[in-house]
Amino acid sequence: MTVELRELRRSFGGTVALDGLSLTIEQGELIAFLGPSGCGKTTALRCVAGFERPDTGAVFIDGADVTRVPANRRDAGMVFQSYSLFPNLNVRDNVAFGLRVRRRSADERHSRAAELLELVGLGGFGERYPHQLSGGQQQRVALARALALQPKVLLLDEPLSALDAKVRVNLREEIRRLQLELGITTIFVTHDQEEALSVADRVAVLKSGRLEQVAPPAEVYDRPATPFVAEFVGTMNHLPGRVSGETVEVFGQTLPLDGTAPGAEVDVLVRPEAVRVTPSGDGRGFILASSFRGSIARLRVQLDGGGEVLADVPGHEAVRLAPGLKVDVTLVERPVLTAPRTAVAAPVEPVG
Amino acid sequence: MAGLTNSRRRGGGAGWLAAAPLLVVTLIAFGIPTVVLVVGAFSVKGGGFGFENLSATMREPYLGALWNSVTLSAVVAILGAVLGAFLAQAVLTSRSGLLREAVLTASGVLANFGGVPLAFIWIATLGNSGVVTAALGLGSGVLYNFWGLALVYLYFSVPLMVLVIAPALDGLKPQWREAALNNGASTWQFWRHVGIPVLGPALLGGAVLLFGGAFAAYATAAAMVGASVPLVTLQIADALTGNVLIGYENIALALSLDMIVIALLVMAVYLPLQKRSSRWLA
Ligand SMILES: Nc1ncnc2c1ncn2[C@@H]1O[C@H](COP(=O)(O)OP(=O)(O)O)[C@@H](O)[C@H]1O
Ligand SMILES: [Mg+2]
Repeated sequence: MTVELRELRRSFGGTVALDGLSLTIEQGELIAFLGPSGCGKTTALRCVAGFERPDTGAVFIDGADVTRVPANRRDAGMVFQSYSLFPNLNVRDNVAFGLRVRRRSADERHSRAAELLELVGLGGFGERYPHQLSGGQQQRVALARALALQPKVLLLDEPLSALDAKVRVNLREEIRRLQLELGITTIFVTHDQEEALSVADRVAVLKSGRLEQVAPPAEVYDRPATPFVAEFVGTMNHLPGRVSGETVEVFGQTLPLDGTAPGAEVDVLVRPEAVRVTPSGDGRGFILASSFRGSIARLRVQLDGGGEVLADVPGHEAVRLAPGLKVDVTLVERPVLTAPRTAVAAPVEPVG
Repeated sequence: MAGLTNSRRRGGGAGWLAAAPLLVVTLIAFGIPTVVLVVGAFSVKGGGFGFENLSATMREPYLGALWNSVTLSAVVAILGAVLGAFLAQAVLTSRSGLLREAVLTASGVLANFGGVPLAFIWIATLGNSGVVTAALGLGSGVLYNFWGLALVYLYFSVPLMVLVIAPALDGLKPQWREAALNNGASTWQFWRHVGIPVLGPALLGGAVLLFGGAFAAYATAAAMVGASVPLVTLQIADALTGNVLIGYENIALALSLDMIVIALLVMAVYLPLQKRSSRWLA
């Protein structure tokens, strides 16, 4: 059950939502569509579900072109962002809605609904109505309903974004567990990079309706294909650098270039964990702030020449590296990405 | 839910005290006329109380008038609710915001049309020498019958239904339709299993409102059909003004009591349903 998006284009009036999106999702894979709001994630998902028809391009499910197949004949179960349960039906009838439409017997509907509710951890909730459930429980029911007809593909459009942080983490792990158990090909749309990295087999990063990179989470994080990906996924420092040949000079160090530089004067992109901070009386900066996060502490270092750098240090060093301390900053020796020069040393925090 | 528990908690002394002026006004405005009406309806000729007046209203000509009023109101309620709902849905789903505004504003105006002016526009249009009657050569008597009256009542009832149902239609979440399609349902199946049940109370509420409007209407009917379509409101007016015979005031009050009972019966069907599902569209 592979899903292939081929050269999808879709615009709404003057807004281009999809700008030639091509991507193949493998059998049993969970792929996350990640990108900022408005980059076309939902539109792409709706093209697979059949709620949206691309202007040009095609969608294949299992090798069959389904671009013109109406939504109610496609084999894809969808979970919406929120409030999608039928308010007039109890949980059991919500889950069994598809079977009811297919005129299955009441016995079959009830036993299938019970089985699915058990699967999503809501056994015994069948008689409740949607308004009697918490947001997290509602999304579990929506998940059960999406799985009721044993679809070839599961489509999740930011299913957790309306939930509390704690519920969000629990439920995303459960979705992953279920997905692996059922082996169902899944597209998980999110704007939360942490969510994408933690559940997906592969992450597809979208920008303005195009694919920027598709790769396993570790690769997207460690080897971002473009500066956009580098900044959207994880936190990045922007440090002023000067390119010479295959290397770039930054903070008095010479580091090898990863890819080609966009000019001579560039921003060098460095992750906080690739920044080393050592106490030094005549260092080039001082610690402005420190936030302890358990295994690590994130330091904010004010540079003498202006600008700031974020650095992650082991948590147990947080006491020694206290705010106010004069420090020296060095970078881990490894190839670095560069971007066109923007402001002086300004770290970019991730969105979402 | 929060509001409910809140008002329950405040149900003690302070809450009632704050509502006291309203309760007093209500008591005076509704209570006194009701008492007068009930006492009058049960007062029989020559003093004393009895069921004479009420049983008179269950005989001709009054029974026919009651029956006409109920059927006319039911026809207006059902046709008005269906037409109004379809019109509202068509307008709300059209992409044009201008059309939406125009129709809602026009509905606001037309829903308040009534009385003699309403009768006159229709008489001038479809009356025996009306513009359309003449142009189409329809002859006389098109308007002055049961269905003519229903048509005129629909003229304000359909817009009223549009106003009542539009917020409920807006409350239908697009996800519900898409989730239904996603589960293999046709558009009709969506409406049957979800859309109409969810809208049910609002549709029924609208219909009850239209029923009430048509049931209580007087001036338009009086100006249009006079005695040719007997209606209970016309009978009440006749009895009160002594048009036909004198000494029938208490029959008029008994007829009014009949109307109140019918209105209460209609409300009794609607209220429990409305309560059950007002939270769906929250
Ligand atoms: N039905 C629509 N009508 C008009 N514009 C739309 C519609 N759906 C999406 N868009 C526009 O297309 C772009 C992509 O939208 P969407 O796919 O919803 O993005 P995302 O889900 O990544 O936030 C946005 O600019 C959005 O405003
Ligand atoms: Mg979206």
